[in-house]
Amino acid sequence: MNFPAGLKYSQDHEWVKAIDETTALVGITDFAQSELGDLVFINLPQEGGEVTAGESFCDVESVKAVSDVISPVTGVIEEVNTGLEDEPQLLNEDPYGAWIAKIKDISVFGELMAADEYEAFVQKQ
Amino acid sequence: MKLIFEKGAPGQHLTLMPPCDVPEAALDNPRTEPLELPHVSETELTRHYSALAKRVHGVNDGFYPLGSCTMKYNPKINEDMAALPGFTQIHPLQPEETVQGCLEVLHESEKLLCEITGMDGMTFQPAAGAHGEFTGLLLIKAYHAHRNDPARTKIIVPDSAHGTNPASAVMAGFSVVNIPSGEDGCVDVDALRAAVGPDTAGLMLTNPNTVGIFDKNILEITRIVHEAGGLCYYDGANLNAVMGVVRPGDMGFDVIHLNLHKTFSTPHGGGGPGSGAVGCKEFLRQHLPGPVVVKDGGGYHFTKPERSIGRMKDFYGNFLVVVRALAYVLTLGREGIPEAAKNAVLNANYMRKLLSEKYTMAYAGPCMHEFVMTLQDLKDATGCSAMDIAKGLLDHGIHPPTMYFPLIVHEALMIEPTETESQEAMDEACGVFLHLWDVAHSDPAALHSAPTKTPVRRLDEVGAARNPVLRYTPHA
Amino acid sequence: MGTYVPNTQVQKKSMLDAVGVGAVEELFAAVPKEMLVDQLDLPEGLSELAVRQKVSAMARKNRVYGAVLRGAGAYRHFIPAVVKSVASREELVTAYTPYQAEISQGILQSIFEYQTMICALTGMEVSNASVYDGATAAAEALAMCRERKRNRAFVSACAEPGVIETMKTYCFGSGMELEFIPEKDGRTDLDALCAALGADAACVYVQQPNYYGNLEDAKAIGEAAHAAGAKYIMGCNPIALAVMETPAACGADVAVGEAQPLGLDIAFGGPYLGYMAANKAMFRKLPGRIVGQTRDVDGNVGYVLTLTAREQHIRREKASSNICSNQALCAFIAGVYMSAMGAEGLRQAAVLSMSKAHYFAGELEKTGLKRVHSGAYFHEFVTEGGDPDRVLRALDAHDILGGLPLGGGRILWCVTELVGREELDRAVAIIKEVC
Repeated sequence: MNFPAGLKYSQDHEWVKAIDETTALVGITDFAQSELGDLVFINLPQEGGEVTAGESFCDVESVKAVSDVISPVTGVIEEVNTGLEDEPQLLNEDPYGAWIAKIKDISVFGELMAADEYEAFVQKQ
Repeated sequence: MKLIFEKGAPGQHLTLMPPCDVPEAALDNPRTEPLELPHVSETELTRHYSALAKRVHGVNDGFYPLGSCTMKYNPKINEDMAALPGFTQIHPLQPEETVQGCLEVLHESEKLLCEITGMDGMTFQPAAGAHGEFTGLLLIKAYHAHRNDPARTKIIVPDSAHGTNPASAVMAGFSVVNIPSGEDGCVDVDALRAAVGPDTAGLMLTNPNTVGIFDKNILEITRIVHEAGGLCYYDGANLNAVMGVVRPGDMGFDVIHLNLHKTFSTPHGGGGPGSGAVGCKEFLRQHLPGPVVVKDGGGYHFTKPERSIGRMKDFYGNFLVVVRALAYVLTLGREGIPEAAKNAVLNANYMRKLLSEKYTMAYAGPCMHEFVMTLQDLKDATGCSAMDIAKGLLDHGIHPPTMYFPLIVHEALMIEPTETESQEAMDEACGVFLHLWDVAHSDPAALHSAPTKTPVRRLDEVGAARNPVLRYTPHA
Repeated sequence: MGTYVPNTQVQKKSMLDAVGVGAVEELFAAVPKEMLVDQLDLPEGLSELAVRQKVSAMARKNRVYGAVLRGAGAYRHFIPAVVKSVASREELVTAYTPYQAEISQGILQSIFEYQTMICALTGMEVSNASVYDGATAAAEALAMCRERKRNRAFVSACAEPGVIETMKTYCFGSGMELEFIPEKDGRTDLDALCAALGADAACVYVQQPNYYGNLEDAKAIGEAAHAAGAKYIMGCNPIALAVMETPAACGADVAVGEAQPLGLDIAFGGPYLGYMAANKAMFRKLPGRIVGQTRDVDGNVGYVLTLTAREQHIRREKASSNICSNQALCAFIAGVYMSAMGAEGLRQAAVLSMSKAHYFAGELEKTGLKRVHSGAYFHEFVTEGGDPDRVLRALDAHDILGGLPLGGGRILWCVTELVGREELDRAVAIIKEVC
């Protein structure tokens, strides 16, 4: 299980990579993808939409389940990674490269953990 | 096996149409794309479909204990009756006086099925169970709207419910309140009491429920909902356990749907057509979809209820399915209907007893027409999951039980033998189940790689979903 | 009484002993006593012979006409013998939904082939495995197009009334708003449509050919829909698709329709078959089952239900449709029908139907029953003139089901390849006598 330093992590198993003070990339963690199993599709959110920390902003599908992806921040979606629509397997194969959305105008960062804290959090689960 | 598109050759065809005996008409803006349909001879065609039929397991190919689906025998007389030209060749918009027999079928079926369910009126327009749920919920919506009580926007659904229940509620414009089941698999009455209120439009319930248990608190449950001002909806998927023994209408339900393709022996056709007839109490009849059939001295007539929700589909439903169900009810009659239910329950309890020797039951018995096993302990001990056991059954000519449902049971297998299985058939099937339990311990790898004797083996569902190939394209 | 319970009293006793109860009633202990049914007020059960007699007597009370000149949503076409023969195979008839792919390849492959044929007919890219009928297909298509800020569907008033009523009921449930575009000279009023479309437009629905048999200017309607940012849904007669422009060519995002004409009996309205197909951008919004091709662990080609995470059993209250059972056997029948007919057979059926309708319209004109609308039509048309009651009664007396009276002295006629020229001439002669 991989927990890259330099990223922040939410209790809902999303990662946040800050680009500047109000812009960040978000995605799902290695732990999340391994729990979800082989992902086959992502329902990406719309660019320009608002997201709220702690609320679902898109969902991912495996063959037998659908799971909400909970936004770790509050802000506006600047860009979505449309490449994931054709290659959802990247969410499994490279979860930290497979960013889902780039969020701008971030006003709230939810309660986020550092890599070591998140690793400890996952081990307790 | 090749697709029909890959067989035959351009130029092969059947000779079906006579030459045109009037001047040929043409459109100004005709189709310009070629129409890529198969080109086969009649020999090739029939062989292709015979080969396809051989790659299907139907009820007549072997035991089919698919829980919640009531895979009972589909009597042949029903098929004969549904094939009568006096039914198949009738245009749905013929003058009323020329379709009195069709109206009689609908009227008689309504009368008989209302008696079985304790309802006062019924529509056969819904084409399937889920369509019936949607219809019934619209009746509830129309009822509250008619009473000027628009605040009732929530439908309560137990977490053990069929997935169609919450989906239907949302289609009807309601929001869903999920309530947890108790440890016995039944409705948690306290949770229900806490959930109801002035926003409650109704409750959807299956009884016996999806774990095969009759909820003994049923009268209290329906009373709680009624006292809160809501209505009670009965999902008839499991009626086979209780028909002729106890009636949903007497349990306090206001509106129900039946799955004629389960309880009333009509075949399922590999996924349809079914029929989701909806019955209701007198006070809801004014909202039924139209038209409905009434009888007077002059015969049968179509009429539209006064405050009808409208129309659920074109015409009157899957009519030929209703013909089959009518033939079935006429065959069984007042003794045969409860006899079927009682033997369905006896058969389920018998299998439950035999399988209890090795498998863990999810809930205490007795069960009704079906029961749920949890294979979590088997999986922990051997690594073999409910899926592995299911796939092992395929190599023994048995259709597996329903897997991984209800969602509240881990590693669930839900078994429903139905009343049309004999003791020998069940003994044999239980022997296979018990044998597979042993194999799970002695040679788990064999089960992981099962099936091996089927036309194809385990299929790559992940690949299918990631890179959807949803039609044939030549040279793809 | 009739019964399908195989176990004898001796076997039942041995099973009760195994379970450990004295009587089956003990297994119903959870049912409150006061609720138990004493005896249902049903007739006694019947023997197979008696059931046959009773139900056959009902069938005999229906009138089977020698010739049918009525359509209006249900079309009596020629059905090749091979279709019924193949579709009565009991493996296919008695199977449930193909949840266990390894032993359901026959059904899954037949649906995959059906999906391919629907795509071929419509020109669309993806078809689902069927829905209940054409009306519910149209109603489901409206829901596919709904977006947060686009909640209004614009529907041609020239669509079949049953389709319109079904849409209204579905929208009563969902809260989607419906607006009808009026008819003008038997076709959708394009100017009215353009004036009505706004920023809240989710979709435009048009039927082709429309309820009156007339061909719409489908491309122009599609352009109007897209110009307003709305999706375009076409409801098309599948036989007509053999000769008319495809929905794909007309710019449709979703194509739906009643596929009963593809080998299914008119059967007093059902079971029928709703087809639904979409372009690539919309296909994940299709409701219901979809079959996909894949491979098994040995690398053999096989078929599975796929994209299932859209559906109710996984998405529950977040699913966009609740459909579970569909019309699988009807889709199978349609597949066999299209394979038997082939492209040429289907084209012949379409050309014969259309040509006979045009011939009949011309002959009717001579009796004083004049076609109301001008312009292109397929195999249905509307006349006025004469007394519809008298006309239809006269035909009825000669074993012919005439067209559907629409009120206002109008009749909606339909001719398919099943009606020969002689029968049409005979019908015209009968009508002449009463006009």
